[in-house]
Amino acid sequence: MTLDACQLVVGLEVHVQLRTQTKLFCGCPTIFGAPANTQVCPVCLGLPGALPVLNRRAVELAVQTGLALNCAIPARTKWDRKNYFYPDLPKGYQISQFDLPICGPGWLEFPDPDAPEHTLRVRLVRAHLEEDAGKSMHDEKSGRGDSRIDLNRAGTPLLEIVTEPDLRSPQAAKAFLTELRLLLTYLDVSDCNMQEGSLRVDANVNLHIDTPSGKVATPIVEVKNLNSFRAVERALAYEQQRQWQQWQRDGKQLGEVPKQTRGWDENQAVTVPQREKEESSDYRYFPDPDLVPIAIDAELIERCRACLGERPLELRLRLQQEYGLTAYDADVIVAQGRALVEYFEMVVAKGASAKRASSWLQQDVLRTLNEQNLTIEQFPIDADKLGELIAAVEKGELENSRARDVFQYYLGHPQAGLEQARAALGIVQVDDRELTELCQKLLDEHPQIVAQAKAGDLKGLGALIGAAKRRNPNVDPRKVRSICQHLIEQQG
Amino acid sequence: MQLTIEQVRKVAQLARLEFTEEQLESFSAQLASIISFVEQLKDVDTEGVEVLSHPHALQDALREDEVQEGLSRQAALANAPAHDGECFLVPPVLG
Repeated sequence: MTLDACQLVVGLEVHVQLRTQTKLFCGCPTIFGAPANTQVCPVCLGLPGALPVLNRRAVELAVQTGLALNCAIPARTKWDRKNYFYPDLPKGYQISQFDLPICGPGWLEFPDPDAPEHTLRVRLVRAHLEEDAGKSMHDEKSGRGDSRIDLNRAGTPLLEIVTEPDLRSPQAAKAFLTELRLLLTYLDVSDCNMQEGSLRVDANVNLHIDTPSGKVATPIVEVKNLNSFRAVERALAYEQQRQWQQWQRDGKQLGEVPKQTRGWDENQAVTVPQREKEESSDYRYFPDPDLVPIAIDAELIERCRACLGERPLELRLRLQQEYGLTAYDADVIVAQGRALVEYFEMVVAKGASAKRASSWLQQDVLRTLNEQNLTIEQFPIDADKLGELIAAVEKGELENSRARDVFQYYLGHPQAGLEQARAALGIVQVDDRELTELCQKLLDEHPQIVAQAKAGDLKGLGALIGAAKRRNPNVDPRKVRSICQHLIEQQG
Repeated sequence: MQLTIEQVRKVAQLARLEFTEEQLESFSAQLASIISFVEQLKDVDTEGVEVLSHPHALQDALREDEVQEGLSRQAALANAPAHDGECFLVPPVLG
């Protein structure tokens, strides 16, 4: 039996920090990177007698995300305590949702990494709201070896999105996460910054193996410490190999050994077993008596639905259908975010063709944004101006390379218009008589090229075009070529 | 209702409580009688009754997403058994 006989099966749990001003159950701010323990109050410190009060905005963001993920939104949702002891959890329990999550079953569709024209669909089990824990830091240097606890993060709202085990490859897992992050960015419900922990991923992974006696599943392993989408991809590929080898060694199947937790070690590129928390699965959930249930009425759902806007999947299709872009070009533009899509549409509205606009955006605009580390909102050339510039190229009023000069000029002179740029760069349209004179002069100076051309070898014309552009940068290379050919033909 | 010593030991462990063998034995009997008392509720016919998730009729106690003043760091750390002026200090937490 070979590795071909085994199918990787993956489900993901994604924690998303919602973009609120304050924590889930108290008015403390949620700003990342504030000095330790300066964004705390009796509620998030778990001091006796303090009572939690739910943040309305967090509910709205959760419902909005659920709707975008095609989730069923129940009429009623409630709060439960998940009990465990850990130093970064001051109350000794986490307020979470057990049996009535705010978002029920849903799904997310995303481009198939193996066939970009097609999509894959992953079913979602649920998405629930919960509060984050604090941060524990172990200082290796300190002699006493105490851990230090910062509770600024304790109580920050998280939405935990749980998928069905529908993913079948490391690449598909990465593609799913990429689409999820893009969708959340479009919705503006989270900043999705993995470095700052606003998007965290755990993966549940095992193998389904075809054996002569039927299909066999290997024990499920939960992989943690996945700090980037690339880490997810690599860790899953590693687990596929490791579980296959493990199964060949011991033949252990699902249910024969307890569920294992492993952590991804980025430097060694391996997963390593993590110390099991004792009795970790016995959380003794029970309804939180401090919090009343929430009714989610039709009005709230409609209000949240109205905020959704076009989702990336719908946008890609529209850019293809309405503008005739290829799936690839549509994906590149959509992947840059809603603002760039709007910019593209404004450029086209000014008279640029969609194809030329898309190529200018992907090359000149995105390159400049990357080089200067700007967002499209900060980009000095507004969409109307770029649209007007490309339209001038479209109409033959401006040669493409001169348009690029104007583009560079605009970057340095954000206030300038097309007339000013033309004047500053000495761009004037060359009339046909002037151009014919120039071509005749060049032909006279290069009798060898003329002779070659007459013999059917047109390679030399490129050199003439280059020479023409050096004498007058405003000439249109296509015109130079056709006039030269015409003049040579006339000579007979 | 009978409870084994092992069940009581497990519940105690989950609550991070340490008991002597004698205590475990007496708590087994006491907890068993509490559970038996509550078990009487099983006799009530709940056919067609919606599950109650909270005894209060109130729902939707929400607040606006507005920052409110919390505690100063000094105040937050004041009652901690150990701190370094910035963070709470606890025995080492590993991985």
